[in-house]
Amino acid sequence: MKEEFLILAIESSCDETSAAVIKDGKEVLSNVVASQIDLHRKFGGVVPEIASRKHVELINPVIEDALEEAGVDYEDLSLVAVTYGPGLVGGLLVGIAAAKAIAYAYNLPLVGINHIEGHIYSNFISHPEIEPPLVCLTVSGGHTDLLYFEELGAYQILGRTKDDAAGEAFDKVARVMEIGYPGGPAIDKLAKEGDSQAIDLPRPLIYDDNYDFSFSGLKTAVLNYINQKKQKGEEIPKADLAASFQQAVVDVLTAKVVKAAQDKKVKRVLLSGGVSANSHLRRELEEKLDELEIKLYYPQPRLCTDNAAMIGTAGYFKYQLTGEIAPYSLNANPNLKLG
Amino acid sequence: MIKINTSNPEETFKVGEELGKKLAPGDIVCLQGDLGAGKTSLAKGICAGLGVKADITSPTYTIVNEYRGKYKVNHMDLYRIRQEDELFDLGFEEYLYGDGVTIIEWPDKSGALMPDQYLDINLRGEGTDREIRIIPQANKFIGLMAELKKDVDLSN
Repeated sequence: MKEEFLILAIESSCDETSAAVIKDGKEVLSNVVASQIDLHRKFGGVVPEIASRKHVELINPVIEDALEEAGVDYEDLSLVAVTYGPGLVGGLLVGIAAAKAIAYAYNLPLVGINHIEGHIYSNFISHPEIEPPLVCLTVSGGHTDLLYFEELGAYQILGRTKDDAAGEAFDKVARVMEIGYPGGPAIDKLAKEGDSQAIDLPRPLIYDDNYDFSFSGLKTAVLNYINQKKQKGEEIPKADLAASFQQAVVDVLTAKVVKAAQDKKVKRVLLSGGVSANSHLRRELEEKLDELEIKLYYPQPRLCTDNAAMIGTAGYFKYQLTGEIAPYSLNANPNLKLG
Repeated sequence: MIKINTSNPEETFKVGEELGKKLAPGDIVCLQGDLGAGKTSLAKGICAGLGVKADITSPTYTIVNEYRGKYKVNHMDLYRIRQEDELFDLGFEEYLYGDGVTIIEWPDKSGALMPDQYLDINLRGEGTDREIRIIPQANKFIGLMAELKKDVDLSN
């Protein structure tokens, strides 16, 4: 029997190609994300920005790097975990093919992981002491999901976005305001100089008796405001608009999370996904939850965005808790849902 | 060409729903209009008309969302596409020329891969008012246009 449980994890569902080695579920020995290594030196050429073909070129060097950095050989591995959805089919297929090949060649169990579950489990790397029951909000460019965990490995979906994800609203509003990409950090920064009460914007679904979200209408309200200002030839108060928009998003997210935490009577709330890096969201949520003696957890910044380490941790729990192994026929599922 | 004016997202949804009911396998619908022009509301309506029961969420990040209603429905958003090459990697043509109905937002990003037979829909407006222009870019849509004129109130 092996003394250490070493997982090789692979994530290629969207823009990043990533591989990681995780020890005993929560310790990150390496977490290589393709945009962080010297691609030009390795390939002697320019790498296209989001083409999924880039995953084909990157997957092997990224895996080799992850193993080397961790000081681990293929023979030392105990399990291979891979994202099989949701995401872009081209990228997913590359990661799955690599994972299957390694699992087959070294006779290792293969575990298929839902990308969003990965984001949730990123919190267990940053805070290994977390125990359920808990409520988790995953907010990113592609997702806004509110979940309840009665125990690890078993969760219930409380609500999700009916249209745009919160991060998508950030990106699109930032783009129209011409303040840069990615939109989340740009708005977060500019909002610090603005008045969050200056412009009256809608808080979609905030008083509805459910846990669902909708951000498309809020985005449109911001665009209408900008267009009206332009037509009148008035200057757009960008800092105030950024602050007011951010406040509207944060108000809705906070209201729903607090409602869920109270309804489910939990003492712990997890935040995950790219938007969990938003400083205003963290502050407001922490304040509101503090009053209720509920503790808020969020992952360290490099685990907020797409990475393979979180897939490894999710793989560890899935394997240990359910023993569920993916067959070699595991296929990409671009529209994979939680549940 | 048909011109329809709506005064809120719910009405835009209803126009989409009427249109969705009339689409057939292989049909391609291109939605053009700025951010916030109502493409999401219209796409939701089209999917509802096609019998899709699932929540229709934005495909901006995934680029393609696939649904199953009366037929297979592909809801695409090319907003994030920067080079035509990326469309080959995505299997763009397989989606377009398969047996499903395909809805494309930001179709102009497809460059030379832009289909030549499609239903062109332009949205624009101010406040909550929208003008929806439907232009058939193929003879096969002539019947659909006539039915749509009959079923959608064009008076306002």
